[in-house]
Amino acid sequence: MNTTAQVLEKNKSRILEKWMQNQLSEDSLRDDLMSNEELQRQSKEMLDALLRAISKENYDNIYAIEFEQVTDTLRDISITRARQGFSPRETGAYVLSLKKALSEVLIEERANDPSTLYKEIMDINTLLDNLSIVTFETFIKGREEVILRQTDEISEISTPVIRVWDGILALPIIGTLDSARTQIVMENLLQEIVNTGSNIAILDISGVPAVDSLVAQHLIKTVSATRLMGAECIISGIRAEIAQTIVHLGIDLSNIKTKASLASALQLAFSMTNLEVRKNDKNKGFNIMR
Amino acid sequence: MEIVREQDVVPFRNRVREFSTRIGMSLVNQTKLITAASELVRNMLKYASGGKVILEIISLNAKTGVRLTFADQGPGIADVAMAMRDGFSTGRSLGLGLPGAKRLVNEFDLKSEPGQGTTVTVIHWKHGR
Amino acid sequence: MERIPILKMGPFLLVTIQIDLYDRLALTLENDLINMVSQTGARGVLIDISAVSIVDSFMGRILGNIASMSRIMDAETVVVGMQPAVAITLVELGLTLQGVHTALNVEKGMELLNTKLINNWEQDEEEEEDQDDRND
Repeated sequence: MNTTAQVLEKNKSRILEKWMQNQLSEDSLRDDLMSNEELQRQSKEMLDALLRAISKENYDNIYAIEFEQVTDTLRDISITRARQGFSPRETGAYVLSLKKALSEVLIEERANDPSTLYKEIMDINTLLDNLSIVTFETFIKGREEVILRQTDEISEISTPVIRVWDGILALPIIGTLDSARTQIVMENLLQEIVNTGSNIAILDISGVPAVDSLVAQHLIKTVSATRLMGAECIISGIRAEIAQTIVHLGIDLSNIKTKASLASALQLAFSMTNLEVRKNDKNKGFNIMR
Repeated sequence: MEIVREQDVVPFRNRVREFSTRIGMSLVNQTKLITAASELVRNMLKYASGGKVILEIISLNAKTGVRLTFADQGPGIADVAMAMRDGFSTGRSLGLGLPGAKRLVNEFDLKSEPGQGTTVTVIHWKHGR
Repeated sequence: MERIPILKMGPFLLVTIQIDLYDRLALTLENDLINMVSQTGARGVLIDISAVSIVDSFMGRILGNIASMSRIMDAETVVVGMQPAVAITLVELGLTLQGVHTALNVEKGMELLNTKLINNWEQDEEEEEDQDDRND
């Protein structure tokens, strides 16, 4: 009698056909994200690898060496799909529809041998269930990578250092300041101070939703580091409720120059660098005198 | 690596730099780790007149980092909680060594018994978290 | 024995640290510098640490000591050119170098010392005038 592997190998093209049919009939098919030819090619590769693995008569341990190619291909597919923006259902349907195709072929081939059929279906089920777990694991990992990358991008984007004047830098902080953020803010700011040779840095915290003692500590650290570099730091954008919490928490900011708005901080910066901003006599706009 | 004289400190720091460069640690994180290592090695020289340091590259859950283990046979620390406090020192120093080093690295572990010597293990991950 | 050279520039002393200092060398520098201040009657000390990649609490203490000792001898100390990574690390360590002035580079450090010197003179003159007033 033929082994399961031989039966499946013999009907390979039929399985592939059925599988493709299953996939194509799915409502969730995303032909916008992947062409049918591409899908066919991917599926054939997968089926080849799977049948080669099944011929080793191992259905339980998908971490065995003969399944390496199968799981690798599967991981590859799931990761790519996670990045391309497939939904979990769409990704899962890929493996599950293969299960259906395999079972259908086996039912046809073993019509006169129910006991073998039963065992084979059980084996195939166990195997493909394991494989779909791998799919989901990898899929989620792929999505997590996307999230991590975005987190990094956000923290990069959200800390621009602006050169507002010769020797004066401004750094608007938007969002919560945690220690990882503080480190990035500090690095960017200090590097920019070196690059531009600036004497004054204005940290604007209008965009920081709340200041607790931890955030205040981060701010103080940033100010101290700026001073160590030989530049002065002004904190601006302190809203009324933030001033209240700072005092209620007993945070000492007396060593730090603070201003309510960016405008007044800039004015202070000008006077510290002996710059004067004044209106032109003819009221034609601003004229900056040294 | 054996540390017995203060001249060993600079070569030791270079070794730490070598290790952290190998895993591609950023400059700021390198500086933090090396400074922490420098503090701990100084403590070892001062209170236990030397000891051993083991440098390792470790990885855990897709994170890579450098682990340093400082072991000495010195007098040990009688009150660990006190020693970890800012500004506390039994020698004449700023008292920033232990608590400062702890702030600079991701993971810090100190085991000490009076008379049994002290072992400090620190880990700093490549991305500093 | 190895030493860090100390340059005299007008009323100021200039030290450029080019290598990672080991402890003995740092202590020697502290000693030499203070002696130089007293010999030359310098009014300012400028220490360039732009080539120093690691400043730990020991090195920080040396810098603080130099500043405090010079202050007693009427000289201001400016530390210039600290690398960003070093500044971040020092803050995290809890060392803010109280009493030490800082500047971005040697040029700005010189400027700072000059203004300090002028301010001190003005103060001195005012005090003298005050005394004159009282004498009248």
